[in-house]
Amino acid sequence: MSDINAFIDNEVKSNDVLLFMKGTPTFPQCGFSGQVVQILDYLGVEYKGVNVLENADIRQGIKDYSSWPTIPQLYVKGEFVGGCDIIREMFQAGELQTFFADKGIAVAQAA
Amino acid sequence: MAMNAREIEELIKASLPDARIVIRDLAGDGDHYAAEVVSESFRGKNRVQQHQMVYKALQGNMGGALHALALQTSVPD
Repeated sequence: MSDINAFIDNEVKSNDVLLFMKGTPTFPQCGFSGQVVQILDYLGVEYKGVNVLENADIRQGIKDYSSWPTIPQLYVKGEFVGGCDIIREMFQAGELQTFFADKGIAVAQAA
Repeated sequence: MAMNAREIEELIKASLPDARIVIRDLAGDGDHYAAEVVSESFRGKNRVQQHQMVYKALQGNMGGALHALALQTSVPD
């Protein structure tokens, strides 16, 4: 396992809700990352954002880690949940709220 | 570098021959598309796995030549 892979693996496993994104939760620098931020903020979920634009190794490494070619990527309790399309689809179907509840993640606002 | 809708469709078809594919060019710039893909081969797979199958079909173009492809996958009714 390369250093970057080990770093990513550790981040994924030590943060309950982790979002690899372009920009930061306060200043998303890509519309797709921004959409996921909006959804997480709307749900009032606590999460950590990792800005892949600050580190090219992480930007490539996370794609290899998950076999997923795009950013953003949301991880919950060590599990890759999806990118922007999947998160939005789950949110709109009300599944995301249930998913967080099942994982024991506090959600501030009921849908 | 961009891809046209036909190229995207052909790549997906090559991997998922039964797929019904609808592609929309969202911005008219050949770089932002939305695709609906319906295929029997998605059955029993979760969304992440279904999208990964489409990404694999696109042979590394996703995230490269193709900046944005909003994906919606499902199995036939």
